[in-house]
Amino acid sequence: MQTIAAKANKPVIRLQDVTRVYEVGVERIHALDGISLALRENEYVAVMGASGSGKSTLMNVLGCLDRATSGYYELDGQDTTRMSDAALARVRNERIGFVFQSFELLGQLSALKNVEMPLIYSRNGWWSRRRRADSVLERVGLGERVDHRPNQLSGGEKQRVAIARALVCEPSILLADEPTGNLDSKTSEGIMKLFDQLHREGQTIVIVTHEEHVAHHAKRVIHMKDGRVYSDIPSNRNQADKAKMQNDERGGLS
Amino acid sequence: MRALMRALMVFLRLFYQSVYLALSQIWANKTRAILTTIGIVIGVASVTAVIATLTGLKTEVLNMVEEFGTNTITIIPGRPEEGAKRFASWWTIRFLPEHFDDMLEHCPSVARFSRLGWMEPRTVQHGEESVEGVKFLGIEPSYHDIVKRPMVLGRKVSVIDDMQVRQVCLIDSKLHRKLRLDRDCIGQSVLVGHQRFIVVGVIEWRPPMEPGQSPENHYEVFIPFRTAFKLQREPPVIAFAASKSTEIVEDAQAEIRFFLRQKRNMKPTEPDTFEVSSVKRYMDMFNSIALILTLVAVGVVSISLLVGGVGIMNIMLVSVSERTREIGLRKAVGAKKIAILTQFLIESVVLCFVGGLVGIGFGQLLTIALVNIPRALIEGFSMPMVYIPVWAIILSFSFTGCIGIFFGMFPAIKAARLDPIEALRHE
Repeated sequence: MQTIAAKANKPVIRLQDVTRVYEVGVERIHALDGISLALRENEYVAVMGASGSGKSTLMNVLGCLDRATSGYYELDGQDTTRMSDAALARVRNERIGFVFQSFELLGQLSALKNVEMPLIYSRNGWWSRRRRADSVLERVGLGERVDHRPNQLSGGEKQRVAIARALVCEPSILLADEPTGNLDSKTSEGIMKLFDQLHREGQTIVIVTHEEHVAHHAKRVIHMKDGRVYSDIPSNRNQADKAKMQNDERGGLS
Repeated sequence: MRALMRALMVFLRLFYQSVYLALSQIWANKTRAILTTIGIVIGVASVTAVIATLTGLKTEVLNMVEEFGTNTITIIPGRPEEGAKRFASWWTIRFLPEHFDDMLEHCPSVARFSRLGWMEPRTVQHGEESVEGVKFLGIEPSYHDIVKRPMVLGRKVSVIDDMQVRQVCLIDSKLHRKLRLDRDCIGQSVLVGHQRFIVVGVIEWRPPMEPGQSPENHYEVFIPFRTAFKLQREPPVIAFAASKSTEIVEDAQAEIRFFLRQKRNMKPTEPDTFEVSSVKRYMDMFNSIALILTLVAVGVVSISLLVGGVGIMNIMLVSVSERTREIGLRKAVGAKKIAILTQFLIESVVLCFVGGLVGIGFGQLLTIALVNIPRALIEGFSMPMVYIPVWAIILSFSFTGCIGIFFGMFPAIKAARLDPIEALRHE
């Protein structure tokens, strides 16, 4: 048995000089320009940056939806850069949980069926899918409304269902892309509290956001700019970092 | 082996969910589904109706043939298609009753035969009632053993009736009613011209055997063969014969032909001046007509199903583009290409199957309508209730399934190839 402390040190994600280059016509756009990054288990990270800074591309690469043009990406000790499409699909199924800004729930299915959905594609989740979906819905605080369809749920409830769906395969990392972008501030706070709770329960979380108060909840904040990591600091120094950034911009302008 | 089992399990899981999703998708877009599958519905309905009606007709014809006797051989005079007797008058090539003498001794495969006097239609009277154009047939007693037409009342024509040239007759059940004879009319008499005939039996009514004749005013009277010669001077003679078994019908035909050629002193090069035919030939003819009809129907319907298939493809393409985000999401949570492909293929197959099911339902209704057309037009002609045969149902289901797979393949491949990031960004 590993101790909690030792477990907490286990690296989940390791990126080495990862680049992602898009070719638009003759132009080459470096969406990711040599990113090196390590994430350990139970880390709670916010990725911030202006649009076009490459944070969405980073998210796609981390989530194995996209492949790095060059560099090395290791997830749970496995090199993903040379995996086949089918193997990547399996990695997404078993190791990664996605939460999207616009929830992406299937309208014809009940909340329960939506949560069960990833287990349909998993190797061994089929028989236990009902039980696992029920327990994970309980965990996100949606014990009773499991038979409702998405259009009968509020925005916050929808996002809770989406988070339950992301968690149902017990992923190594939870990737949330602007999870509060479509919610009012009060509901956002509830969702963020849920992320805090999941973090306390040991879940590794990466949230992409451009909202300060969301990033506040994270324990580590990564700022991106022009496809590079601009700063990577613990959250309590968030304010100082912001000041620095503003200084820089001012300096750049003058 | 384990890998195979695992692949099967994955397929079953997907299958369950895809069928569920496909049905809910169809249910959510009812109107669209109906409009899409209408080609399939019409195609399946028409082909199953044609097949069912033909099958029913075939059973009916088979029943009729069964009664007429599958081993029955008809012998009629006929002009050859070539040679000197091509334009011979009917009178010169007619049969005489004595032509058939000793036929049983010379034809070992023939069990029995009956000469028939094919008489002109006459008017039959009883009391106030009078019926015109009644068909008269002179028969020998063995006729009843060749043609197994059931009797309703009384007795058949006997050997003594024939030998003594008695003025007795059998009438059919429709004529019995038309003439308003008593319920038990045996022993009552009817007038044919100025001659009085005693009714000894009532035989079941049958629609006319000759094609193109209306069964409306079709009545038959049977009299002994020799009596026929008394009533009419030399009526045309034909003959019915029965082979000893159905298998040797063709042998019996050959023997009869040889025997009759000898009787007529024909040279070996001369073509026959008569026709010896069995029901088998007509059955073969009917079967080939039924086959041609089925093929034509299948051909026409294939086009309709093809058009239906294009409709399916169109709607599946719409579905794929409408549900791009869903596809993106499914890929993001770990659906492999093959899983997406299967989902959309199953959806198009389910859509086709639903069309096929509705089509079979309509096909049955259409069959009932088709079967009732002759029933409504022709009095007394009844075709029993006809159902679509099981093989036709299985055939149309597999065909619609194939259409679902064939026309669903392109949209499904399109869906499977979508890039998850692009798909999730799709508006």
